[in-house]
This record gives sequence, C-alpha cells and structure tokens, in this order.
Amino acid sequence: MHGMDTPTTYFHWGFILISMPNLLVIGGMIVVFAIALFAPFPHAEGDDVSKK
Amino acid sequence: MSARSSVEEEPAADSKSWTLRVRQAIDRHLPMDHLLPDRQPYYVGSWVYVFGVVTIAALVWVVISGVALSFMGPQWWHDSGLGRFVNSLHFWSVQLFFIFMVLHLWGQYFMAGWRDGRAATWMIGVVIFAVSILTAFTGYLSQQNFDAQYIAINAKDAMNSAGIGAFFNVLNFGQMYGLHIMLLPIGVTILVVLHIVMVRTRGVVKPIDPEGGARP
Repeated sequence: MHGMDTPTTYFHWGFILISMPNLLVIGGMIVVFAIALFAPFPHAEGDDVSKK
Repeated sequence: MSARSSVEEEPAADSKSWTLRVRQAIDRHLPMDHLLPDRQPYYVGSWVYVFGVVTIAALVWVVISGVALSFMGPQWWHDSGLGRFVNSLHFWSVQLFFIFMVLHLWGQYFMAGWRDGRAATWMIGVVIFAVSILTAFTGYLSQQNFDAQYIAINAKDAMNSAGIGAFFNVLNFGQMYGLHIMLLPIGVTILVVLHIVMVRTRGVVKPIDPEGGARP
C-alpha cells in the first residue's frame, strides 16, 4: 500500500512518463473493455440470438 | 355520433400552427417505439453497449450529489462526516463518468459508430467530452482547499499563454464556481439528452460486415 502523504511512483520509458495511479486506471479500463467484449451477455427468454 | 369528433381529425401537415408542425415532426422522426423501445436487435447483446448507460447513471449521481453540495456549501462538505461522504460521492461518480465515457468512446470508435448518418451523434459525443473536461476542471478549482489553489495558480499561466486568461480567469473563484455549478452542467445535460435522442432516432449502428458494407 502506497502512503497517501508521499509522492507517487513514476514510470519513465523513453518519451513516455506516467504515474502509477494513471497507469493502473488505464490498465483497469483495458481489462474492463476486454471483459465486456468476451463475457457472455444474458438474454431474456424469447430473444432472437441467432446471427441472421 | 361518430367515435372520433372533427376536433380530433389531424389537419394537413402544411398547417400554419407551429405546435402542430412540431408535433407531426416529432411523430415522424421520433415515434414512441423508437424513444422507449422494449426490444433491441440481436447485435446489441454485448456488454460493450452497456458503457453508455453506465456513463449516464454516473452523470445522474454527479448531478444529485452536486445539488446537495451546492445547497449545503463548503463548510459542510469539508467539516461534517455526511458532507465529506457526499463530496466523495461527487468526486468518485465523476471518475466513473469519465472512465465509462472513454470506454464508450473506444467501443464506438472500433464499431465506427458514425456510419449511416450518425456523424452528428458522434460529433455531439466529442463536444460532450470536451465540455465535461472543462466542467471537471472548474470543479477542481471549486473545492475550496489548497489543492484548488495549487491548480489555479499553476493553470493561470497556461490560460494566459493561450490568450483566454482575461475572460476565463482561473483565479476568480466566483467565475469558476458559477461555471461549474450552473452553465457547464446545464450544457452537458442538454447535450447528453440530445445525444440520446439522436441515438434513439436512428437506432444502434449495425455491425461492420467482414464481406464489406453493413449487415442487412
């Protein structure tokens, strides 16, 4: 757990400079997006789920 | 006596009555089964389509908590337990609003949501994104704490270098607070309503056919 009263860690790769919190948020968003793409979506009874 | 009186007869569309013309235009472009549909096409069965709705849900919480904060004032949101809770609710619902707005943006980008006459819907979404950033920025300046002062002192040079510092003065708390709780949220809300109505008018964009063109 990172102390809330100290400066955060920064990652520096070439021209990319990003803080740990921002990296975590962007990484989490990519994970949520991937889950949304592949997780099965519940259908109501009688829904037409065939790929016409 | 007939079941339908002459008063209920729908006059011609070229009537001089502007209320009638507006009503007929709404009936033509946005019938109720488009505005409040109970079924969606099969391709809408994906969690990607939920991102937009979650963004709206977050916006609702932003507005509700914001109304409470504006009514109770800074003393309340800094010093009382309930005030700090509502302050946090406002802050974190804004974070969720932006996160899910960007996820919605990614989804619409990859499915090319601007196709088939939906360019205006896409562009209004772009404007909502820009106005939301301005709203969040003025929100950071309205916190009434050292963080707000730090942001204002640092941001003033950027505004001045862009040539807008004279009429968008980040050191002027009254101006920033007024923009944050009045003009900008009203702007975001109106644009979001317009965005939703446009989505409902044309429906959700069809998937891209790998063979070329949209699916039937």
